[in-house]
Amino acid sequence: MIYLQLFYEFFKTGLFAVGGGLATLPFLYSMSDKTGWFTYGQLADMVAISESTPGPIGINMATYVGFTTAGIPGSIIATLGLVAPAIVVIIIVAGFLKKFQNNQYVQNVFYGLRPASVGMIAAAFVSVLTMSVIRLDLFQISGVWTDLFSIPGILLAAVVYVLTNKTKWHPAFFLLGSAIVGIIFQF
Amino acid sequence: MKNEYLDLFLTFARIGGLTFGGGYAMLPILQREVVEKRGWATENELSDYYAIGQCTPGIIAVNVATFIGNKRKGVLGGIIATFGVVFPSLVIITLIAAFLQNFADLEIVKHAFAGVRVGVCVLVFNAVVKLWKKAVIDIPTGIIFALVLLVTVFLDVSPVILVVAAGIAGIIVQGTRKAVKK
Repeated sequence: MIYLQLFYEFFKTGLFAVGGGLATLPFLYSMSDKTGWFTYGQLADMVAISESTPGPIGINMATYVGFTTAGIPGSIIATLGLVAPAIVVIIIVAGFLKKFQNNQYVQNVFYGLRPASVGMIAAAFVSVLTMSVIRLDLFQISGVWTDLFSIPGILLAAVVYVLTNKTKWHPAFFLLGSAIVGIIFQF
Repeated sequence: MKNEYLDLFLTFARIGGLTFGGGYAMLPILQREVVEKRGWATENELSDYYAIGQCTPGIIAVNVATFIGNKRKGVLGGIIATFGVVFPSLVIITLIAAFLQNFADLEIVKHAFAGVRVGVCVLVFNAVVKLWKKAVIDIPTGIIFALVLLVTVFLDVSPVILVVAAGIAGIIVQGTRKAVKK
């Protein structure tokens, strides 16, 4: 029963992959080895598409692998499998938090956790920065210093920065605008 | 009552559809839709949810959606918010997988996404600044922030270890403060 197996494999991934969406990758490689549902090459294509479509990468990956393996029901079942452990665990954790939110120790823990959480998100920002405004990825391939700074990228970033701080426009507007600028100026 | 669940689903579907990248890319949209527009959570609660999402099973985007849905409308709310956040992916990826296998190789898509990444970069920067103002409130929290940022960028340390260490640091710092006061 492929659906059951698909659910089981993605449930396992959802249970053991901790962190962002790309944390699912090692599990998908071993799934490929074990089941032969898809090849490493297909997986690489799936990552590229998951990164260049709306939606969190982890979900996109599960949907894609599920669809490749067993069509539309497969995509739904794989995604459900991936999110099921997270839903259960978070609902339990949230219950505990509610019960102990006024506990002094819990508050002290969060006093330390909050800046750490912001630090980790700031690190994620650094990694997007080195793939967008600063092109560390291109520089590593070519070794040419001028590849490191993309002038149109820096200009776009400056304009978006000023507008986001001067206006109350919805973030969606800036995403769409950035896409159009990217197409027109061949980013 | 029914409308509140629908609202939860539609809000998270919008958030999922506007997320380009990992769970961190969801943050600016979450701040706008959930914190500023609807008041369903505070900036500090978002930091808490991300911290817990980093060290619990499952991808962060789902963890955060479940947290907020559950806070709003209990267990069913958590499930509905999660279904909302995955819904756009299901539709879009299925369509692309069925009809546009070479989607990521199209020149126009490449340029559009190189542009979007610049936009995401700035939006995430603004989002981090907002959280930073609420979370980094004194010297110890400043040190924790700087250490975690540096370690994550330059070393390969599991977020689980960082979260546990930061929690312990919080207990020690606040505990010694109390002791000094007494």
